[in-house]
Amino acid sequence: MSITEEKKKPYLLELLGLDINPVVGGRRIKVLVSKLGLDGHDRGAKVVARALKDAGFDVVYLGVHQTPESVVNTAIEEDVDIIGVSILSGSHIELAQDLMKLLKEKGIDYIPVFMGGIIPPQDIPILKKIGVKEVFGPGTPLKTIIQKVYEMAVKKRELEKQLRR
Amino acid sequence: MVFDISRIEKIREKMAEWTKEVVEPILKKLPERKREFLTEEGIVVKRVYTPIDLAEKNWDYLEKLGFPGQYPFTRGVYPTMYRGRIWTIRQYAGFGSAEDTNKRYKYLLSIGQTGLSMAFDLPTQLGLDPDHPLAWYEVGKVGVSMPSVVEMDIVFKDIPMDKITTSMTINATAIEVLSMYIVVAESRGIDRKILGGTIQNDILKEFIARNNYIYPPIPSMRYATDAIMWCAKEMPRWNSISISGYHFEEAGATPAQEIAFTLADGIEYVKWVVERGMPVDKFAPRLSFFFAARTNLFEQVAKFRAARRMWAKIMKERFGAKNPRSMMLRFHTQTAGVLLTAQQPEVNIIRTTIQALAAVLGGTQSLHVNSYDEALSLPTEKAVKLSVRVQQVIAYESGVIDTVDPLGGAYYIEWLTDEIEERAWKIIDQIDKLGGMVRAIEVGYPQREIAKSAYEYQLKVEKGEIPIIGVNIFVEPEEPKIEVLKVNPAVRERVVNRLRKLREERDNVKVQRLLDQIAKVAEKEDENLFPYILEAIRAKATLGEISKVLRDVWGEWRAPEVF
Repeated sequence: MSITEEKKKPYLLELLGLDINPVVGGRRIKVLVSKLGLDGHDRGAKVVARALKDAGFDVVYLGVHQTPESVVNTAIEEDVDIIGVSILSGSHIELAQDLMKLLKEKGIDYIPVFMGGIIPPQDIPILKKIGVKEVFGPGTPLKTIIQKVYEMAVKKRELEKQLRR
Repeated sequence: MVFDISRIEKIREKMAEWTKEVVEPILKKLPERKREFLTEEGIVVKRVYTPIDLAEKNWDYLEKLGFPGQYPFTRGVYPTMYRGRIWTIRQYAGFGSAEDTNKRYKYLLSIGQTGLSMAFDLPTQLGLDPDHPLAWYEVGKVGVSMPSVVEMDIVFKDIPMDKITTSMTINATAIEVLSMYIVVAESRGIDRKILGGTIQNDILKEFIARNNYIYPPIPSMRYATDAIMWCAKEMPRWNSISISGYHFEEAGATPAQEIAFTLADGIEYVKWVVERGMPVDKFAPRLSFFFAARTNLFEQVAKFRAARRMWAKIMKERFGAKNPRSMMLRFHTQTAGVLLTAQQPEVNIIRTTIQALAAVLGGTQSLHVNSYDEALSLPTEKAVKLSVRVQQVIAYESGVIDTVDPLGGAYYIEWLTDEIEERAWKIIDQIDKLGGMVRAIEVGYPQREIAKSAYEYQLKVEKGEIPIIGVNIFVEPEEPKIEVLKVNPAVRERVVNRLRKLREERDNVKVQRLLDQIAKVAEKEDENLFPYILEAIRAKATLGEISKVLRDVWGEWRAPEVF
């Protein structure tokens, strides 16, 4: 899709009443959505992936049974702006720790990570301390997710510019 | 037709009169809340139902309903239903180590649960021992870790395996896990012939929605049908499969999609076993089913009734079953996990009560009620006790079970049962046209349909067309934190240590010989794997070792990603 086509606002942005443009600085924001760990519950991840696509983002959907390594490798190969992982198995803290560690090792820990799934509220501060930027628990409106993904990605683009200077 | 045509005409006439003289003036003063009232299936609900609606469907009592315990079983699979015995209270449970799970099971039995339902952790479900690198994060998290017969022995310590029935949510490694159960029972002098319970063993729904598959569809079907055929001969009281719609509903399926995909899976299994040479009445009586119960009460009751009628017809007409037991759709129900909210979690108790009522009015054989805290974590003891109590209040206080199929004959329920059935047949026709469920899965048909339904549902929630208390209406700004269950992180070490000890102490030469034998049998198509896996488990081979052998022979399945 060419940039000029973006003049027609994606229907989902219209429907949700969102005033954002997912093409930033001539480049469409690219989101990696993935399941992480052995857990197979993929309804949430698929709905979020589809919604981001319908909101005009570029979406790479990795599917189930992914490891921190496969997520980080794909993030590099696909040059994504932001990573979303979904975990409903209760292993979110250990998986987040390893994912963040690996991003750091590869020198791309400026790529923001957001998470969804069955996450006890008690664990959210722990995940944020590890470096997860946002945690979207059950019932989070798509509008909130899309808005925040956009904001995080825009910040990442700015950070990237500064790093290049 | 049970309706006198002249009376129907009279009702029609009176209804027109009522609409004009009574309803229309009211509508002018007080319009209805919505232009159109829709069920979750998208069926338009009328203001009121009368005999006209059934007459229009050529509804005939004996043809559509008959009597409980008789074909087509619409009113229930047993003649007296809950007047004889209430459903089995069966809460799905298991977490951490075998010791933690044993303690939870004893607790559940002590508060009045009548059957067990085992949850296994993801490594067990995916054929990985707890010391496998991919298993590291997940040991004991969503279920009990079960790498060997040693763990099963601990889980069932002081639990009478000859008196209770046990259901196991295990699919890609069902034979390994059931073998462990058999070996433990036999070590206590209990013959496998008297063991009662269920293995889920429904691999097709893993490919469609649940995603805990290992091997490609064709060898997976061989594995599943090996279990069905072996159980038919060796374990007369064991349900060799639980053909599941629950996971379709959880992934987003509408009620008609849920039952249609489930029955189409059932058709595929029966077709396979019959083609492998076993007559239908030899194994079909031990096929069982598993559905979800949502809050939309009447549509759910209609769904269960429609599913029962359809399966009876499929078995009788398509497969020529003669034994009425082959035509009975016996099912377990779990309240819909996706309808639990993390917001105002106590409200979930009210939701699950309505859902449980739907299951009971729909004639379920066993029931799991989700706990109010499960949108946040595994349930605490306190939460799970309330789930058992919900079932007990319905069973002992409500009186709804005093007559069989109490909603039978209600114009709305019968009309809705027919509507759901009609929609479900259309989906089954589509799958038949694609060449059956294995083929449909390979081209991604059910996966795509379910993903589409899930997305459409979410958009309706976003638009406020589907109201959810605490999420998009009656929202409270501050959420109180509730106590949640934490799995002890020391579990992995404990299980891994026991596994190492087992590998040191067993006869490794014998284990290797039995594993080699499994590889040989896996390569042939016409031999049943079950007895070979059972012997390997008896010799203390691990689940991961056996699964590795089968992976080497059959390969692993990589799913086409559909979203």
